[in-house]
Amino acid sequence: MKRTFVDLHLRPNLKDSAAIVRLIDKTAALDYRLVSVPTDPQASSGEIQKLRDICKNAGLDFVSRVDLRPRSQNELLTLLRKCRRRFEIICVLCENKEVARQAAKDRRVDLLNFPQTDYRNRFFDAAEAELASGGLAALEFDVKPLLLLEGPARVRLLSCLRREVQVARAFHVPIVVSSGVSEVVLLRKPREMAVLFSLVDLAGVYGLDAVSCAPLAIVKRNREKLCSKFVAPGIRVVKREMDCEES
Amino acid sequence: MKRVKRRYLALQIDSAYVPSQKEFLDCVWAAVTKLYGEFGASLTSLALIDYDAEGRQAVLRANLATVDQVRVAVASITSIAGREAAVHVLVASGTIKALNARLKELNSA
Repeated sequence: MKRTFVDLHLRPNLKDSAAIVRLIDKTAALDYRLVSVPTDPQASSGEIQKLRDICKNAGLDFVSRVDLRPRSQNELLTLLRKCRRRFEIICVLCENKEVARQAAKDRRVDLLNFPQTDYRNRFFDAAEAELASGGLAALEFDVKPLLLLEGPARVRLLSCLRREVQVARAFHVPIVVSSGVSEVVLLRKPREMAVLFSLVDLAGVYGLDAVSCAPLAIVKRNREKLCSKFVAPGIRVVKREMDCEES
Repeated sequence: MKRVKRRYLALQIDSAYVPSQKEFLDCVWAAVTKLYGEFGASLTSLALIDYDAEGRQAVLRANLATVDQVRVAVASITSIAGREAAVHVLVASGTIKALNARLKELNSA
Protein backbone atom coordinates (compact mmCIF):
# COMPACT_ATOMS: atom_id res chain seq x y z
CA MET A 1 0.00 0.00 0.00
CA LYS A 2 1.27 3.47 -0.88
CA ARG A 3 2.28 5.55 2.10
CA THR A 4 0.68 8.92 2.83
CA PHE A 5 3.46 11.38 3.53
CA VAL A 6 3.01 14.17 6.03
CA ASP A 7 4.95 17.35 6.78
CA LEU A 8 3.64 18.87 10.00
CA HIS A 9 6.05 21.79 10.18
CA LEU A 10 6.13 24.15 7.22
CA ARG A 11 7.10 27.61 8.37
CA PRO A 12 6.40 30.18 5.65
CA ASN A 13 6.17 33.88 6.43
CA LEU A 14 2.44 34.12 7.14
CA LYS A 15 2.36 37.76 6.01
CA ASP A 16 3.59 36.84 2.51
CA SER A 17 0.78 35.04 0.67
CA ALA A 18 2.90 34.42 -2.45
CA ALA A 19 5.59 32.69 -0.35
CA ILE A 20 2.95 30.50 1.31
CA VAL A 21 1.54 29.46 -2.08
CA ARG A 22 5.03 28.75 -3.47
CA LEU A 23 5.97 26.60 -0.47
CA ILE A 24 2.70 24.67 -0.45
CA ASP A 25 2.75 24.07 -4.23
CA LYS A 26 6.28 22.71 -3.97
CA THR A 27 5.27 20.48 -1.05
CA ALA A 28 2.46 19.04 -3.17
CA ALA A 29 4.91 18.46 -6.06
CA LEU A 30 7.24 16.56 -3.72
CA ASP A 31 4.58 13.91 -3.01
CA TYR A 32 3.26 15.06 0.38
CA ARG A 33 -0.47 14.65 0.98
CA LEU A 34 -0.95 16.28 4.35
CA VAL A 35 0.71 19.45 5.63
CA SER A 36 0.56 21.76 8.57
CA VAL A 37 1.59 25.38 9.06
CA PRO A 38 1.88 26.56 12.67
CA THR A 39 -0.11 29.68 13.54
CA ASP A 40 -0.36 31.93 16.59
CA PRO A 41 -2.62 30.80 19.44
CA GLN A 42 -4.61 33.99 18.73
CA ALA A 43 -4.96 33.27 15.00
CA SER A 44 -8.48 33.85 13.72
CA SER A 45 -10.50 31.13 12.02
CA GLY A 46 -10.32 33.28 8.86
CA GLU A 47 -6.52 33.02 8.77
CA ILE A 48 -6.68 29.26 9.25
CA GLN A 49 -9.36 28.94 6.57
CA LYS A 50 -7.13 30.92 4.15
CA LEU A 51 -4.31 28.39 4.67
CA ARG A 52 -6.78 25.54 4.29
CA ASP A 53 -7.97 26.97 0.95
CA ILE A 54 -4.41 27.36 -0.38
CA CYS A 55 -3.70 23.73 0.52
CA LYS A 56 -6.97 22.58 -1.04
CA ASN A 57 -6.05 24.32 -4.32
CA ALA A 58 -2.72 22.48 -4.30
CA GLY A 59 -4.45 19.15 -3.65
CA LEU A 60 -3.24 18.89 -0.05
CA ASP A 61 -5.03 18.19 3.20
CA PHE A 62 -4.36 20.96 5.76
CA VAL A 63 -3.97 20.34 9.48
CA SER A 64 -4.27 23.28 11.86
CA ARG A 65 -1.39 23.52 14.29
CA VAL A 66 -0.27 25.81 17.06
CA ASP A 67 3.22 26.08 18.52
CA LEU A 68 3.16 26.98 22.20
CA ARG A 69 6.22 28.53 23.81
CA PRO A 70 5.30 28.79 27.50
CA ARG A 71 7.75 29.97 30.13
CA SER A 72 6.22 28.05 33.02
CA GLN A 73 4.07 25.03 33.80
CA ASN A 74 1.06 27.22 34.68
CA GLU A 75 1.35 29.20 31.46
CA LEU A 76 1.40 25.91 29.53
CA LEU A 77 -1.75 24.67 31.26
CA THR A 78 -3.55 27.95 30.55
CA LEU A 79 -2.55 27.87 26.88
CA LEU A 80 -3.58 24.22 26.52
CA ARG A 81 -7.00 24.99 28.01
CA LYS A 82 -7.47 27.81 25.48
CA CYS A 83 -6.11 26.04 22.39
CA ARG A 84 -6.90 22.34 22.59
CA ARG A 85 -10.38 22.54 21.05
CA ARG A 86 -9.31 25.02 18.35
CA PHE A 87 -6.33 23.24 16.78
CA GLU A 88 -5.79 19.73 15.45
CA ILE A 89 -2.12 19.64 16.48
CA ILE A 90 -0.53 21.18 19.55
CA CYS A 91 3.24 21.38 19.68
CA VAL A 92 5.12 22.61 22.74
CA LEU A 93 8.53 24.21 22.27
CA CYS A 94 10.21 23.15 25.50
CA GLU A 95 12.69 25.79 26.59
CA ASN A 96 13.04 24.72 30.21
CA LYS A 97 12.79 21.49 32.15
CA GLU A 98 9.62 22.40 34.05
CA VAL A 99 7.71 22.98 30.80
CA ALA A 100 9.25 19.90 29.14
CA ARG A 101 8.15 17.58 31.97
CA GLN A 102 4.60 18.96 32.10
CA ALA A 103 4.27 18.82 28.31
CA ALA A 104 5.44 15.20 28.21
CA LYS A 105 2.88 13.97 30.72
CA ASP A 106 -0.08 16.09 29.53
CA ARG A 107 -2.29 14.07 27.15
CA ARG A 108 -3.38 17.26 25.37
CA VAL A 109 0.11 17.75 23.92
CA ASP A 110 0.83 16.08 20.56
CA LEU A 111 4.40 17.09 19.80
CA LEU A 112 7.46 17.95 21.84
CA ASN A 113 10.01 20.15 20.12
CA PHE A 114 13.32 21.20 21.64
CA PRO A 115 15.67 24.09 20.78
CA GLN A 116 17.56 23.10 17.63
CA THR A 117 21.02 24.33 18.46
CA ASP A 118 20.87 25.00 22.20
CA TYR A 119 22.06 21.53 23.22
CA ARG A 120 22.00 22.27 26.95
CA ASN A 121 18.29 22.92 26.75
CA ARG A 122 17.35 19.68 25.02
CA PHE A 123 15.69 17.90 27.90
CA PHE A 124 14.70 14.69 26.16
CA ASP A 125 16.27 12.20 28.55
CA ALA A 126 15.01 8.88 29.97
CA ALA A 127 12.76 10.61 32.55
CA GLU A 128 11.16 12.79 29.87
CA ALA A 129 10.70 9.77 27.57
CA GLU A 130 9.05 7.77 30.34
CA LEU A 131 6.55 10.57 30.94
CA ALA A 132 5.94 10.94 27.19
CA SER A 133 5.35 7.20 26.75
CA GLY A 134 2.64 7.41 29.45
CA GLY A 135 1.06 10.36 27.64
CA LEU A 136 0.42 10.80 23.94
CA ALA A 137 3.24 13.15 22.98
CA ALA A 138 5.61 12.39 20.13
CA LEU A 139 9.09 13.78 19.68
CA GLU A 140 9.48 16.08 16.68
CA PHE A 141 12.74 16.60 14.78
CA ASP A 142 13.23 19.23 12.09
CA VAL A 143 15.38 18.58 9.03
CA LYS A 144 16.36 22.25 8.58
CA PRO A 145 19.29 22.36 11.06
CA LEU A 146 20.69 19.14 9.57
CA LEU A 147 20.82 20.86 6.19
CA LEU A 148 22.09 24.24 7.29
CA LEU A 149 24.63 23.45 9.99
CA GLU A 150 28.17 22.51 9.05
CA GLY A 151 31.29 21.21 10.74
CA PRO A 152 31.40 20.83 14.55
CA ALA A 153 27.89 22.24 15.01
CA ARG A 154 26.42 19.52 12.79
CA VAL A 155 28.56 16.85 14.48
CA ARG A 156 27.21 17.94 17.86
CA LEU A 157 23.62 18.00 16.57
CA LEU A 158 23.96 14.52 15.06
CA SER A 159 25.30 13.04 18.29
CA CYS A 160 22.54 14.74 20.27
CA LEU A 161 19.80 13.50 17.92
CA ARG A 162 21.26 9.98 17.90
CA ARG A 163 21.06 9.83 21.69
CA GLU A 164 17.47 11.14 21.68
CA VAL A 165 16.42 8.61 19.03
CA GLN A 166 17.85 5.79 21.16
CA VAL A 167 15.97 7.02 24.24
CA ALA A 168 12.71 7.51 22.31
CA ARG A 169 12.87 4.03 20.82
CA ALA A 170 13.68 2.45 24.18
CA PHE A 171 10.53 4.00 25.67
CA HIS A 172 8.36 3.58 22.54
CA VAL A 173 7.87 7.31 22.09
CA PRO A 174 6.80 8.02 18.49
CA ILE A 175 9.20 10.12 16.44
CA VAL A 176 7.96 12.63 13.88
CA VAL A 177 10.31 14.06 11.27
CA SER A 178 9.25 17.41 9.79
CA SER A 179 10.95 19.89 7.50
CA GLY A 180 10.73 23.06 9.64
CA VAL A 181 11.67 25.14 6.61
CA SER A 182 10.45 28.46 5.27
CA GLU A 183 12.23 28.38 1.90
CA VAL A 184 11.33 26.24 -1.10
CA VAL A 185 14.94 25.27 -1.77
CA LEU A 186 15.25 23.55 1.61
CA LEU A 187 12.25 21.29 1.05
CA ARG A 188 13.12 17.64 0.55
CA LYS A 189 11.11 14.65 -0.64
CA PRO A 190 9.71 12.50 2.20
CA ARG A 191 12.05 9.62 1.39
CA GLU A 192 14.99 12.05 1.39
CA MET A 193 13.98 13.32 4.83
CA ALA A 194 13.77 9.73 6.04
CA VAL A 195 17.15 8.86 4.59
CA LEU A 196 18.73 11.96 6.19
CA PHE A 197 17.66 10.63 9.55
CA SER A 198 19.45 7.36 8.90
CA LEU A 199 22.44 9.44 10.05
CA VAL A 200 21.01 9.27 13.56
CA ASP A 201 20.11 5.56 13.49
CA LEU A 202 16.54 6.10 12.32
CA ALA A 203 17.01 4.02 9.21
CA GLY A 204 14.73 2.10 6.87
CA VAL A 205 11.15 1.59 7.91
CA TYR A 206 11.59 3.63 11.13
CA GLY A 207 12.59 6.67 9.10
CA LEU A 208 9.67 6.25 6.71
CA ASP A 209 7.24 5.80 9.61
CA ALA A 210 8.48 9.11 11.05
CA VAL A 211 7.30 10.96 7.92
CA SER A 212 4.12 8.98 7.35
CA CYS A 213 2.56 6.65 9.95
CA ALA A 214 3.52 8.51 13.15
CA PRO A 215 2.26 11.99 12.15
CA LEU A 216 -0.77 10.50 10.39
CA ALA A 217 -1.77 8.62 13.55
CA ILE A 218 -1.68 11.86 15.56
CA VAL A 219 -3.83 13.69 13.01
CA LYS A 220 -6.38 10.84 12.80
CA ARG A 221 -6.64 10.58 16.59
CA ASN A 222 -7.15 14.32 17.04
CA ARG A 223 -9.63 14.66 14.19
CA GLU A 224 -11.69 11.90 15.73
CA LYS A 225 -11.61 13.66 19.11
CA LEU A 226 -12.57 17.03 17.62
CA CYS A 227 -15.47 15.49 15.67
CA SER A 228 -18.90 16.38 17.10
CA LYS A 229 -19.83 12.67 17.16
CA PHE A 230 -16.95 11.73 19.47
CA VAL A 231 -17.92 10.58 22.96
CA ALA A 232 -14.85 8.69 24.22
CA PRO A 233 -12.09 6.66 22.54
CA GLY A 234 -13.94 3.89 20.64
CA ILE A 235 -17.38 5.39 21.32
CA ARG A 236 -19.11 7.74 18.89
CA VAL A 237 -22.64 8.90 18.19
CA VAL A 238 -24.02 6.93 15.26
CA LYS A 239 -27.51 8.42 15.06
CA ARG A 240 -29.46 11.07 16.97
CA GLU A 241 -33.19 10.45 17.41
CA MET A 242 -35.60 13.04 18.74
CA ASP A 243 -37.73 10.46 20.57
CA CYS A 244 -34.74 9.09 22.50
CA GLU A 245 -35.17 11.87 25.06
CA GLU A 246 -38.94 11.19 25.50
CA SER A 247 -38.60 7.44 26.14
CA MET B 1 36.12 -12.68 -7.27
CA LYS B 2 32.69 -11.51 -6.18
CA ARG B 3 30.93 -9.27 -8.67
CA VAL B 4 30.45 -5.69 -7.45
CA LYS B 5 26.77 -4.75 -7.40
CA ARG B 6 25.91 -1.19 -8.35
CA ARG B 7 22.96 1.14 -8.29
CA TYR B 8 22.18 3.98 -10.66
CA LEU B 9 20.48 7.12 -9.35
CA ALA B 10 18.69 9.57 -11.63
CA LEU B 11 18.82 13.01 -10.05
CA GLN B 12 16.91 16.24 -10.64
CA ILE B 13 18.70 19.52 -9.88
CA ASP B 14 16.29 22.07 -8.45
CA SER B 15 17.93 25.46 -8.99
CA ALA B 16 17.47 28.66 -10.94
CA TYR B 17 21.14 28.45 -11.93
CA VAL B 18 22.31 25.87 -14.49
CA PRO B 19 25.48 24.30 -13.06
CA SER B 20 28.16 22.85 -15.30
CA GLN B 21 28.96 19.15 -15.13
CA LYS B 22 32.15 19.86 -13.15
CA GLU B 23 30.37 22.13 -10.67
CA PHE B 24 27.71 19.50 -10.08
CA LEU B 25 30.14 16.64 -9.59
CA ASP B 26 32.40 18.72 -7.31
CA CYS B 27 29.36 19.53 -5.22
CA VAL B 28 28.33 15.85 -4.88
CA TRP B 29 31.87 14.83 -3.94
CA ALA B 30 32.08 17.68 -1.43
CA ALA B 31 28.80 16.57 0.18
CA VAL B 32 29.93 12.92 0.41
CA THR B 33 33.35 13.88 1.80
CA LYS B 34 31.86 16.33 4.30
CA LEU B 35 29.51 13.70 5.74
CA TYR B 36 31.57 10.52 5.52
CA GLY B 37 35.17 11.69 5.14
CA GLU B 38 37.65 10.71 2.45
CA PHE B 39 37.69 7.05 3.47
CA GLY B 40 33.89 6.83 3.35
CA ALA B 41 33.82 8.59 0.00
CA SER B 42 36.33 6.12 -1.42
CA LEU B 43 33.96 3.23 -0.60
CA THR B 44 31.10 4.68 -2.64
CA SER B 45 32.76 4.22 -6.09
CA LEU B 46 30.82 7.26 -7.18
CA ALA B 47 30.79 8.09 -10.89
CA LEU B 48 28.83 10.47 -13.08
CA ILE B 49 27.30 8.47 -15.93
CA ASP B 50 25.21 11.11 -17.65
CA TYR B 51 24.58 14.84 -17.28
CA ASP B 52 21.87 16.83 -19.00
CA ALA B 53 22.46 20.51 -18.17
CA GLU B 54 19.36 21.74 -20.00
CA GLY B 55 17.03 19.24 -18.39
CA ARG B 56 18.93 19.65 -15.08
CA GLN B 57 19.14 15.88 -14.75
CA ALA B 58 22.09 13.65 -13.92
CA VAL B 59 22.74 9.95 -13.51
CA LEU B 60 25.15 8.77 -10.81
CA ARG B 61 26.53 5.30 -10.21
CA ALA B 62 27.36 4.03 -6.73
CA ASN B 63 28.09 0.76 -4.95
CA LEU B 64 24.95 -0.99 -3.71
CA ALA B 65 26.40 -1.17 -0.19
CA THR B 66 26.86 2.59 -0.01
CA VAL B 67 23.90 3.80 -2.05
CA ASP B 68 22.09 5.05 1.07
CA GLN B 69 25.13 7.12 2.01
CA VAL B 70 25.08 8.69 -1.45
CA ARG B 71 21.35 9.39 -1.08
CA VAL B 72 22.00 11.12 2.26
CA ALA B 73 24.85 13.17 0.80
CA VAL B 74 22.77 14.19 -2.21
CA ALA B 75 19.84 15.18 0.04
CA SER B 76 22.17 17.33 2.14
CA ILE B 77 23.18 19.54 -0.80
CA THR B 78 21.86 23.08 -0.34
CA SER B 79 23.99 24.96 -2.87
CA ILE B 80 25.90 24.35 -6.08
CA ALA B 81 28.73 26.72 -6.99
CA GLY B 82 27.54 29.13 -4.30
CA ARG B 83 23.97 29.30 -5.63
CA GLU B 84 20.97 27.92 -3.74
CA ALA B 85 20.04 24.47 -5.02
CA ALA B 86 18.48 21.16 -4.05
CA VAL B 87 19.03 17.77 -5.63
CA HIS B 88 16.21 15.24 -5.60
CA VAL B 89 16.43 11.52 -6.42
CA LEU B 90 13.96 10.72 -9.20
CA VAL B 91 14.60 7.02 -9.73
CA ALA B 92 17.04 4.38 -8.49
CA SER B 93 17.75 1.20 -10.41
CA GLY B 94 20.21 -1.65 -10.83
CA THR B 95 20.74 -1.19 -14.58
CA ILE B 96 20.91 1.84 -16.84
CA LYS B 97 18.32 0.26 -19.14
CA ALA B 98 15.74 -0.09 -16.35
CA LEU B 99 16.61 3.38 -15.09
CA ASN B 100 15.96 4.93 -18.48
CA ALA B 101 12.70 3.01 -18.87
CA ARG B 102 11.47 4.23 -15.48
CA LEU B 103 12.61 7.78 -16.19
CA LYS B 104 10.69 7.71 -19.46
CA GLU B 105 7.62 6.43 -17.61
CA LEU B 106 8.01 9.20 -15.01
CA ASN B 107 8.40 11.94 -17.62
CA SER B 108 5.37 10.78 -19.58
CA ALA B 109 3.16 10.59 -16.45
